[in-house]
Amino acid sequence: MSIKGFHILFIIFSTLLALGVGLWCVWVDLTVGEPVYLAGAIGSFACALALLVYGVLFYRKMKRLRLIT
Amino acid sequence: MEIPYTVVARRDTGVWNAKVGIWLFLASEVMLFGGLFSAYVFLRLDAGPGDWPHGVLNVPVGTFNTAILIISSVTVVLAWAALKMRQFTRYRIYMAITILCGVVFLVVKLGYEWPQKYVHFGARIKESELAKYEKYLGNQHLLAEGFAPRKEITGHLHNPQALHDPNIKEYEIALDPVNADPTNKKMDRPHFFYVPPTEKIGIVEKADVEYANMFLPKHSSYFATYFTITGLHGAHVLAGVLVFCYMLLPASTRLYRQNPEHLANRVEVAGLFWHFVDLIWIFVFPLFYLL
Repeated sequence: MSIKGFHILFIIFSTLLALGVGLWCVWVDLTVGEPVYLAGAIGSFACALALLVYGVLFYRKMKRLRLIT
Repeated sequence: MEIPYTVVARRDTGVWNAKVGIWLFLASEVMLFGGLFSAYVFLRLDAGPGDWPHGVLNVPVGTFNTAILIISSVTVVLAWAALKMRQFTRYRIYMAITILCGVVFLVVKLGYEWPQKYVHFGARIKESELAKYEKYLGNQHLLAEGFAPRKEITGHLHNPQALHDPNIKEYEIALDPVNADPTNKKMDRPHFFYVPPTEKIGIVEKADVEYANMFLPKHSSYFATYFTITGLHGAHVLAGVLVFCYMLLPASTRLYRQNPEHLANRVEVAGLFWHFVDLIWIFVFPLFYLL
């Protein structure tokens, strides 16, 4: 596997981590009810979305530049 | 003598030699970290209710370090892509940012997170004496709420000489909020932000303590695995930073002038290692900081 493939795999795992952190914040918010956890959940889900968009853009750009064949 | 297959692929493997080498190395690394993660999982599954520490790590700092490593993975790929497009200045900028990210990660880990543990103290109370320290542990409240009991009183040790002097019979502890106000519902779950110890002093008799120590590897299985895994990971980050520094030296500039594809392949191999190190952290962070 090249660095491009490994990078895409890494971004997938990072996206899953961001989703997991978001769900953890929601879980703690439900039991503790402090606004900081809700803010953490929103921030984590936003990061997950940003990573997903970045991953798609990265793949397209590498393909366009013929660095992924 | 010229080393063969540094740029062109071997016909039998289909790739250049360094790529075969790095993947063999990463396979051995998977076994190394896999063994350590397995040890962590089995130690944790074997721990009784209330025996495994929760919420003792600083979640925002861990999140910051995670973000730093993700950014560094992006910049190392951008550095490699810049080389492939023969944009050497851009390559140097991205590589410098990657090195900076690695250094920031290590400074936060070794300069802030670890030293915080060295000054934090925990006294684990004997099972038979737990009721005596109910005012610090709040186990009746936890039982009513359906949570695991607390068995440890933590904070900053007010009389550190008590650790070594057998004539001192008590530990004086500036209590953590969880022990200063144990029946407060807000203390039932780990805190998102670090909350420093209070000024309230708790007295714990040495005779009632099963063991007591700073948050060091010998404190518990939790801290033994925490320091081992994060320490080994930190050593890998340091190794990656040193390799990237070499890739900014004049020797690499000369190689770029002679054979840019050769340098791009070196950066790709180092980038693969860096991605692996970052991927390890993606597993370390939730295991130690959140769960």
